[in-house]
Amino acid sequence: MLRYLFRRLLYAIPILIGVNLITFALFFMVNSPDDMARMQLGVKRVTPDAIQQWKAARGYDKPLFINEKAEGVQKLTHTIFYEKSMTLFAGEFGRSEDGREIGQEIRQRMGPSLAIAVPTFVIGLGLTVSLALMLVLFRGTWLDRTGVVISVTLMSISSLFFIIGGQFVFARVLKLVPISGYESNPWTAWHFLILPVAVSLVAGIGGSTRWYRTIFLEEIGRDYVRTARAKGLSETRVLFGHVLRNGLIPILTGVVVVIPSLFLGSLLVESFFGIPGLGSYTIDAIAAQDFAVVRAMVFLGSVLYLVGLILTDLSYTLVDPRIRLK
Amino acid sequence: MLFLLKITGRNLWALLLAALLLPVLTGCGTEWNDPYPSSERGSNRLYTSFSERPKHLDPAIAYSNNEIVFLAQIYEPPLQYHYLKRPYTLIPATLEGQPDVRFYDKTGRPLAESAPSDQVARTVYRMKLRDDIRYQPHPAFSLNADGTSRYMNLDASQARAVQGANGPMALPEPGTRSLKAQDYVYQIKRLAHPAVQSPIFVMMAEHIQGLKILSEDIKTRSDAQPGAWIDLDPLPLSGAVAIDDHTLEITLEGKYPQFIYWLAMNFFAPVPREVDQFYGQPALRRSNVSIDTWPVGTGPYMMVHNNPNSRIELARNPNFHDERYPCEGEPGDAAAGLLVDCDARLPLVDGVVFSREKESLPYWNKFLQGYYDESGISSDSFDQAIRVTVSGDVNVSPAMAEQGIRLQTAVRTSVYYMGFNLLDSVVGGKTPEEQRRAKLLRQALSIALDQEEFISIFLNGRGHPGMGPIPPGIFGYLPGQAGINPVVYTWKNGAPQRRSLNEAKALLAQAGWPDGRDRRSGKPLVLNLDTTSGGLGDKSTMDWMSRQLNQLGIQLVVRSTDFNRFQEKLRKGSAQLYFLGWNADYPDPENFFFLLYGPEGKVAHGGENTANYSNPEFDRLFRVMKNMPNGPARQQVIDSMLKLVREDAPWIYWFYPKTYVLRHGWLQNLKLNNVANNTLKYQRMDADRREAMRKSWNRPLLWPFGFLIAGILALLWPALRAYRSRADLDAFGQRVRKS
Repeated sequence: MLRYLFRRLLYAIPILIGVNLITFALFFMVNSPDDMARMQLGVKRVTPDAIQQWKAARGYDKPLFINEKAEGVQKLTHTIFYEKSMTLFAGEFGRSEDGREIGQEIRQRMGPSLAIAVPTFVIGLGLTVSLALMLVLFRGTWLDRTGVVISVTLMSISSLFFIIGGQFVFARVLKLVPISGYESNPWTAWHFLILPVAVSLVAGIGGSTRWYRTIFLEEIGRDYVRTARAKGLSETRVLFGHVLRNGLIPILTGVVVVIPSLFLGSLLVESFFGIPGLGSYTIDAIAAQDFAVVRAMVFLGSVLYLVGLILTDLSYTLVDPRIRLK
Repeated sequence: MLFLLKITGRNLWALLLAALLLPVLTGCGTEWNDPYPSSERGSNRLYTSFSERPKHLDPAIAYSNNEIVFLAQIYEPPLQYHYLKRPYTLIPATLEGQPDVRFYDKTGRPLAESAPSDQVARTVYRMKLRDDIRYQPHPAFSLNADGTSRYMNLDASQARAVQGANGPMALPEPGTRSLKAQDYVYQIKRLAHPAVQSPIFVMMAEHIQGLKILSEDIKTRSDAQPGAWIDLDPLPLSGAVAIDDHTLEITLEGKYPQFIYWLAMNFFAPVPREVDQFYGQPALRRSNVSIDTWPVGTGPYMMVHNNPNSRIELARNPNFHDERYPCEGEPGDAAAGLLVDCDARLPLVDGVVFSREKESLPYWNKFLQGYYDESGISSDSFDQAIRVTVSGDVNVSPAMAEQGIRLQTAVRTSVYYMGFNLLDSVVGGKTPEEQRRAKLLRQALSIALDQEEFISIFLNGRGHPGMGPIPPGIFGYLPGQAGINPVVYTWKNGAPQRRSLNEAKALLAQAGWPDGRDRRSGKPLVLNLDTTSGGLGDKSTMDWMSRQLNQLGIQLVVRSTDFNRFQEKLRKGSAQLYFLGWNADYPDPENFFFLLYGPEGKVAHGGENTANYSNPEFDRLFRVMKNMPNGPARQQVIDSMLKLVREDAPWIYWFYPKTYVLRHGWLQNLKLNNVANNTLKYQRMDADRREAMRKSWNRPLLWPFGFLIAGILALLWPALRAYRSRADLDAFGQRVRKS
């Protein structure tokens, strides 16, 4: 298994270089270092000298990929691409274009993102699996059909509707929770989290429930289920003891891979609920053409996704003894 | 979830009953939707919001409104604007009186203030500082018993302590000291620091004696020691000198009367050397703690919490000097209750909490719930908030009035315009004949594009049609008949009347485009509008524009692009028509006329004259006007300049925006000020009333929630029955037990 992990980690390096290259190319296809300077310096009284100074201070006065004026390996290393993108492999996120340490920002914002994402993920998983099992329990009845219709309806509605509707009903009309906001201490911030977590749950419940129901329905028709029933097991034990365990493999494929990405937060929910997490950090950086933050967040996202894929592979071995990683 | 399946019928009914009783049992609680910590309830703080995180809080860099709103409460430049008086009047902030301004020729001989600018070799501003001004408590001023700085070499635990949202304020035992003239000198030197990158450096280097040389000196030193902190104190700057601890002298090359306004801006706020040195510590820089994030000033407030992603909090500066609420203002201020606090010591509120709201909906709803004390009005909320009477009077809607919400309006010292790139062959022209035709075309367009309609449809009436580059509130703007743009309006029945479309068509025909077609070739006139718009609202604006021009037979092509490409087009002179705006840096006509000054041409000189307008007579008058004091003579020159730019029509003077602000009844002394930003110290709060209103408006409503729970449980009842009947089946689906 260790050899397998080592090999997967090696595969990750060219993937990450490729991601960096594409991010870099896309960003600089749309923006030039001059554009970035103007964005940071504002629109009033920006002189060519000021732009030149801004670029020189941040190393954007160098060529993008090849430095013809340099010698030897410096032709490649004294470039914007190398200095800005390749240093990420050493864990150096650097500074944002407005001069703040990105690593420090990420550390500060990870907490709020996780405060939303973890409860949403854990409760959501438990809830959707339970609901899917319940629908399977009542398969073929009006309860099952109603459940599917509700699931499809929830899937079809934009999450923006749930956010605005949730804020209006629960915060504005019923006045049960704050409309938006956050407190630095996650233990006292719970009343800010109830609504965004609830909204995220409702927005995601339809699709997951319907998908898990399909998986469980496939399992429930198998012979081992009939055998279990024939042994006299209750329906609940059949579902939890047999159907759920065997249905876990495809569920794990979709679930484990997103676990590391929970750090990255939710773009929409964080923005509307005023949660100072990594999702809103990314959105702000894109709006401000802050390449330093964009590349750091894309790199981080790629790393976390690759970690998620490896964890998924590992989790297969845990739930299915037939699977061996070589 | 499945535990519910074990609930018996009797238990289920008990649960249903409990759900229904829940509202009764808990409905008498306090407000659950309060977004602020309970410890703040009833406090004398002002609650407001910000949508975009401030990029810079360094007074040498910050230039955007969303940054200055914080800095203006913390820093004190030498001058400030009178809170109530209009036209805007400069008064001392940290000075004992107005600056003593003297003019000298190149032999050093004193000149009179009225001396022609070409004779003035240098201008000296001598300022006497008050001796009772002290800095806010801050660790940078903290000293050990031996006089050395306590926190100049932070250890690991101290460096960790400052990483939180309380930043350097988390360090115990802060110190303070008196304001010195050297602090102003130090800040002026910082403007020249290449690493600081002050946006006004290039402009100030043209005026402040020796600033450019200083910048080169600092650059040499910083190149020799990259990243190291440089002590600016010993570096000479002839243009800024501390004569003694309380006398500051600034020397300008030549004459620049508008400099006085810069002395009221954050760029000229004091920065003590020890603060710069304190923040120069690598441990702090790594933690994002710098003068760019944690300002240190002598103003009424100090920053005590800075999480620019969610909340920024200012608290009363305990060392703030004795400053009093003004006792005189404009006529009507007394009747509006704005002089009630005459001579009261400032600031009147203990703190200001800024919460970040990126979306308008939560922001608006929180205002209605009483969690923000004041609010702007988005287009979405306009109809809910505002009623416009038949006579044109604007007031809050009955629902808002019932909540005690008041409306305040003011025309901003800003101008929005549609510019013509005069380097373009169609709207600018190359030969004198082409230029004559292009001028007539621009005049025709100025008449045809109906700003009144635009303001009514797209701005909910929040604007005044533009009559020239100078907005109301700035010297040179004339209201009434004297101030209309005669190219576009006539004066009828005591009001400006837009000239008819026929007049526009006649001008168009004179320009060689009868019915919008080239007289010679018959080809239709196609104009290109370069814009950064793209959303639905913008599309409707562009559709409106197209329809307006269609009336003249002109086709409009909208070339939508991103902000960077748009700016690039302006720089290269490849745009034809475009929209831009300008907010006043200071209340002087020079700050608007320079946008049309030839040597400011965008393409030729990289300046702010995006229309690339160049009229030698206008430029001559500009040079005369900018050095004149306000008065009839200056007004005469301004009138001549206005006549030229109205006739030449390099812009369509689109509108002067109008600010609408709603405030709750418990917030007093709010008077909109478009130039000054240090206005929070004048606000007064009735915190008890706010608390009472918040309580009455925000009682949690639980009974619908109870019904929701009951509904869910009622749905589960048949599920339970179905489960129980299914549990009675054997492996082949046969019932084996009776329920």
